[in-house]
Amino acid sequence: MSKTSKMHGKQTLLFANPPYVLGYAAIAGKKEGEGPLGSYFDLVNDDPFFGTKTWEEAESTMQTLACEYALKKAGLESKDIRYLFGGDLLGQLIATSFGIMSLQIPMFGIYGACSTMGEGISLAAMTIDGGFAEKTMAVTSSHFASAEKQFRFPLGYGNQRPYAATWTVTGSGAMVLGKTKTENAIDVVVKGITTGKVMDYGIKDSMNMGACMAPAAADVIYANLTELKRSPDYYDKIITGDLGTIGRDITIDIMKQKGFDISEQYMDCGIEVFDPTEQDTHAGGSGCGCSGITLNGYIIEMLRRKTWNRVLFIPTGALLSPTSFNEGQSVPGVAHGVIFETV
Amino acid sequence: MSKNNQTNNKGPDIGEVINEKDSKLRDQKYNEYVKNITPTHNCFLNCLKAFLVGGIICTIGQAFLNLYMNFGLEQETAAACNSITLIGISIILTGLNIYPSITKYGGAGAVVPITGFANGVVAPAMEYKTEGQVFGIGCKLFIIAGPVILYGIFSSWVLGWIYYILKLLKVV
Repeated sequence: MSKTSKMHGKQTLLFANPPYVLGYAAIAGKKEGEGPLGSYFDLVNDDPFFGTKTWEEAESTMQTLACEYALKKAGLESKDIRYLFGGDLLGQLIATSFGIMSLQIPMFGIYGACSTMGEGISLAAMTIDGGFAEKTMAVTSSHFASAEKQFRFPLGYGNQRPYAATWTVTGSGAMVLGKTKTENAIDVVVKGITTGKVMDYGIKDSMNMGACMAPAAADVIYANLTELKRSPDYYDKIITGDLGTIGRDITIDIMKQKGFDISEQYMDCGIEVFDPTEQDTHAGGSGCGCSGITLNGYIIEMLRRKTWNRVLFIPTGALLSPTSFNEGQSVPGVAHGVIFETV
Repeated sequence: MSKNNQTNNKGPDIGEVINEKDSKLRDQKYNEYVKNITPTHNCFLNCLKAFLVGGIICTIGQAFLNLYMNFGLEQETAAACNSITLIGISIILTGLNIYPSITKYGGAGAVVPITGFANGVVAPAMEYKTEGQVFGIGCKLFIIAGPVILYGIFSSWVLGWIYYILKLLKVV
């Protein structure tokens, strides 16, 4: 690769003109608001329906709110945004399409399961650095009830959750990126990305998603470090999306085997967002909203305060559907790395 | 956590997993490794809780049965009234979001009795109400209870044949 190339190795990019974070917002449900990160969210609504009649509409409303708050914080209107990249967990991305309809921004619907926040920001940043837009945004969401309904059981049905199970976060995160620094922008840029491959180590237990996704997360972290010739201490934090306690142990274990000790820098949004003993969430939080609200609520705030200066953010997704699960398929994982740095 | 478990269980460590070239063997080793580090519910404790909760539900049932018989109902009619009462209580507790907590504690002790069955029918009705009377409640009502009904009837049909044949052979 030539020195001027943006491409590093097979999976990593470093942007020539790293896009600025112009605006960001995190909308959360009641349980998330009561969690350890509650005070970092822009809006916590105690009504799980968010004033609507269905779980799906509630999730869409969260996306609308997240986009509106992010735009407002960026001091922009929806017409200023050239492209929007959005996705969620529901079939055919209905939470996104109904949620962002009113904004009338040209959009790409994307699916990366719970890694969608990273996938969206990757594409939004590439679009800007590629010269195809001045300002873009990425949005994602998940809702505990709509996810339970689609992937598991009706809410009122009694069952026992295993310890490895995670709790889907009710929340939506949105981020506005821009080519140039604006008045409202913070001193944080998207420096680069590492795009993940679908990794499958043959786990079929959809109630242990941390174990399903850990190899994908470790693969992206390893690719990022080797392709950029960095050691883990280059980053203040290496933050995965929703691996939970079991996935965390596996990821740190895999990385150690590959010659990198990331235990110092390691953090997981799913572990941070809930208090497992107080909130009975077992292995941690999950869902697109888990990394979405942790990034746009907590992580970006830490970067804005310059508590941290370099963060590798790696939301993780478990690629299953009720059909693939019932047909006996394993649960592969995917992860999308995004490098945030202060300037 | 992972280290302790690995030394206790002597399963494959992560090094063996990621260095395994054969992908089938790798998957197998990874599954073993994951199984070793994943905490599980205590089976004995779960059985004990199931016994307790199931027992309490059955005792309540017995109390209603005695009560109805005291009112002068025949045993068969009293049993039917008893079932209706337990189902009614379970439906109300499901609506108040209390039954899921009972099941979380009691496991099979709360799933197996008729109250668990009622919970399995009412929960989808509540959940899919938003999708309409026909395609919502109508189509989705038995997504949990359906298999129980199907295989319950099927196994009684099979047992019926066995009983019939044994009778022909004059075994019973």
